[in-house]
Amino acid sequence: MDHKQIAKLITLIENEPDRSRDILKKLPKRICPVIGFTGSPGVGKSTLIDQVIARLRSIGKTVAVVAVDPSSPFSQGAFLGDRVRMKKHFLDEGVFIRSMASRGALGGLNESIYDVVELLESVGFDYVLIETVGVGQAEIEVRYVADIVVLVLSPGFGDEMQLLKAGVMEIADIYVVNKSDLEGNDSLYDQLVGFLTFAGRDVSSVVKTTALNGNGVEELVDKVITLWKSLAETERLKQMRKERLKHHTETLARRTLQRYLSTVDSQDPYESVELALKSMCERLKYGQGGGT
Amino acid sequence: MKKYRILIAKPGLDGHDRGAKVVAHALRDAGFEVIYTGLRQTPEQIVKTAIQEDVDLIGLSILSGAHLQLSKKVIELMKKEGIGNIPVFVGGIIPPDDVPKLLEIGVVRVFGPGTPLSKIVQEVREVLEGVASTSGS
Repeated sequence: MDHKQIAKLITLIENEPDRSRDILKKLPKRICPVIGFTGSPGVGKSTLIDQVIARLRSIGKTVAVVAVDPSSPFSQGAFLGDRVRMKKHFLDEGVFIRSMASRGALGGLNESIYDVVELLESVGFDYVLIETVGVGQAEIEVRYVADIVVLVLSPGFGDEMQLLKAGVMEIADIYVVNKSDLEGNDSLYDQLVGFLTFAGRDVSSVVKTTALNGNGVEELVDKVITLWKSLAETERLKQMRKERLKHHTETLARRTLQRYLSTVDSQDPYESVELALKSMCERLKYGQGGGT
Repeated sequence: MKKYRILIAKPGLDGHDRGAKVVAHALRDAGFEVIYTGLRQTPEQIVKTAIQEDVDLIGLSILSGAHLQLSKKVIELMKKEGIGNIPVFVGGIIPPDDVPKLLEIGVVRVFGPGTPLSKIVQEVREVLEGVASTSGS
């Protein structure tokens, strides 16, 4: 499938989610490593992904990237600027980059992400990379979509207190100290190692990188490859994919219910849900399908 | 739900993108999803981006004086790649004499210095809705 067809299908999945099922049903089921990159705004996620693409290409792998940026809660518009860092891959036929707006989703991604990732896996890419919006502390949906989560940190984002907070800090498989040419990177690294030791985690999951010049990127990619192999060799990957399916299902359920909720007119929130569920059940009973 | 996606691109060698960013910001605030390519893009890079991002409209920002050559190249390449149906508008330092030439090349709108943002937003909307109604989608 060429890039144009893939791009059109993504648009269709995003704009008319009801059609995703038919689109995906026609494609072969296929699994490839799905790697999520998350972290605060400005830590260098896009620049790091740019280098990771370069490394994966140098070992002959094809790569699809989905980069999510936030939609405005006021205008619903979005400024999608992650591609700017990935310019050198624009003409490479082995790289497909797609920007997505979050469209109201609060977990750092977009509701269509599950279907879009499945599509990119099906059409044969060797790697799918996901970049979340710049996250704070609680946007953890990437954990459910990606097989491996890379948390990108950089010096200058607060002291050790930030590492102790629940949420994003807990969901990563690999921790990157990016901008390791800047002052403060050593203490961030040491604190991170301390934090992981205390949590009983493997400290070899910490990598120092400088995305601007590519330092440390080879080591990061090696870690990703090793980790994915170990996931795929055990039952772990199967479990994770099961988990992904569960969250995909929940997202669909929420969207379906929301659609019925929007047709209900009641001042009582409890009654609204009851009415929505009732109209959904009635519609299903008459065989018109609930839709998703 | 249909959401319009607009590519704002900077072809050529000029290094000033304040204008492109201001227009992108205004379009964002008007509810569009705006993809920005960054500076110094070749026509090839812009066309590949337009394909992968499946955009509905392309805006080229050109301040270098090479607007005729660059716009022509982008539009030719778009046709070659089978996306000649996507409308293209141009903004930047465009001498009035060149406006008809750009329109002849196939550009749908030209916005020179001093164009109010509200006018750009309104005309962009008209172009997008015009395309949607003629293609029946």
